[in-house]
Amino acid sequence: MNTSVTIAGVTFQNPVMTASGTFGSGMEYGEFVNLNRLGAVVTKGVANVPWPGNPTPRVAETYGGMLNAIGLQNPGIDVFIERDIPFLKQYDTKIIVNVCGKTVEDYCEVVDKLADQPVDMLEINVSCPNVKEGAIAFGQKADALFDITQEIKKHAAQPVIMKLSPNVTDITEMAKAAEAAGADAISLINTITGMKIDVHRRQFALANKTGGLSGPAIKPVAVRMVYQAAQAVNIPIIGMGGIATAEDALEFILAGATAVSVGAMNFVNPYTTVEVVDGIEEYMRRYQVEDICELIGAVK
Amino acid sequence: MPQKKKITAVVRSQAKLAEGIHDMWLVTELAREAKPGQFVGVYPLDQSKLLPRPISICEVNKEKTALRLVYRVAGEGTAEFSCWQPGQVVKVLGVLGNGYPVEEAQGKCVALLGGGIGVPPLLETAKALACGNLSQVHTFLGYRNADAFLEEDFARYSTLHIATEDGSMGTKGNVLDALRESGLYPDVIMACGPMPMLRAVKQYAEWEGIEAYISLEERMACGVGACLGCVVKTKEVDPHSHVHNARICTDGPVFNAKEVKI
Repeated sequence: MNTSVTIAGVTFQNPVMTASGTFGSGMEYGEFVNLNRLGAVVTKGVANVPWPGNPTPRVAETYGGMLNAIGLQNPGIDVFIERDIPFLKQYDTKIIVNVCGKTVEDYCEVVDKLADQPVDMLEINVSCPNVKEGAIAFGQKADALFDITQEIKKHAAQPVIMKLSPNVTDITEMAKAAEAAGADAISLINTITGMKIDVHRRQFALANKTGGLSGPAIKPVAVRMVYQAAQAVNIPIIGMGGIATAEDALEFILAGATAVSVGAMNFVNPYTTVEVVDGIEEYMRRYQVEDICELIGAVK
Repeated sequence: MPQKKKITAVVRSQAKLAEGIHDMWLVTELAREAKPGQFVGVYPLDQSKLLPRPISICEVNKEKTALRLVYRVAGEGTAEFSCWQPGQVVKVLGVLGNGYPVEEAQGKCVALLGGGIGVPPLLETAKALACGNLSQVHTFLGYRNADAFLEEDFARYSTLHIATEDGSMGTKGNVLDALRESGLYPDVIMACGPMPMLRAVKQYAEWEGIEAYISLEERMACGVGACLGCVVKTKEVDPHSHVHNARICTDGPVFNAKEVKI
């Protein structure tokens, strides 16, 4: 039975990854799960310099999901290279570094610094809804996405995944723009912009007013967008959005994702990632699937 | 550090202590490792509510491997908890955070200041300090009115002082008014309560030159330091993100008052 998948020449022992921002660099969840069992750890977004993030409250629960407006708090690439990469290198899992920035130059600075680092892939965050400058500005217009993708590809030593925002009119246009600019893969979806109001206090639940919605509540939207993107492009897709179980993960794979990421559900059940890995294997045994690749995009 | 886990627990008892304040004992192996000032994440059974609710540990019974949680019904999740009956199997995440520095305070005069739903975590703290036998422990509990809770428990382990906003019980005013009225000058303060109270405690302690430890609260998602939801501004650069943002769930919830900007 083969559970491994290959994206842009990088082979992952299984298709289960962590969604950026929900797993740190693995240190916190290493207490709960064996990181060696994961296809890859996708790290929290890292910028060229430390970012303090947004004021609190930064999180709020919603029906079947949650809103967050962390604002990409991170220690900057130098600390990350010194501390987080060596930590992850102790494990038999692939390392995908999520990169964020305010300008194209910021992104390229991080990508340059990662060029000689032992990381397997880069994921470019052009879809965070919680920071005013940069990020989402590149992720909501196809021409801006094309330009930044092309520029990053010039600098990147590792294969590049562009992480797409669902907060667009037509996801296929964005997927096509990333592919045309040379992206090696795309990942989707990032969070859906949302808002919650505390009616008793008559104020916004988040200090940032708006935040990104994640969790099981968004899964059908994510599966639909992965399917649409898979119909539109030939590059591999990493699917995510509310995955809580192996069945959820398999929905994404059948819709056309080569790999999947567990996000908000890490906060709910810290064992989710490994449970999904086990559950996929169980499914393959039950239906006598010899190779997981048979399932990718199998529902037309 | 003991390993954190998400495990099942069984409700042993459930009682109402005051308006909106409930008292629940959970049988869980997390009790083996629990220390005063730490907290656990309690999950609603209603699957539409995903996140664990951070609830401070009020008392630990190691013999019966049980934790006492005294909590306020603040929303639908905690409202569900208050309906749980003995025998109910639930999920808890823990043990989370760092507690009060009780060992360092042995032999010293300690004032425990608790306001409202900040009262419960100080009970196990009072017990731990009192069992050292060398400390003088004074507790100052602040309530809105005479609808108080846990005061009899505190009287067993410490010298008890009470303050109420409406003056219906003890000193009229807040816990600092009661502390001033007592004439006590403690070596160490350990406090938990609403943010305005903690700000006043921090200011008082700095002015008087008293070492103070305060327990903070913030909306959090993971409870284990990964999501970066529950941060507080700090004087020094934090070790995680190097940006003066400590994580309340893992770096706290108890902080030296001097280290945080509140």
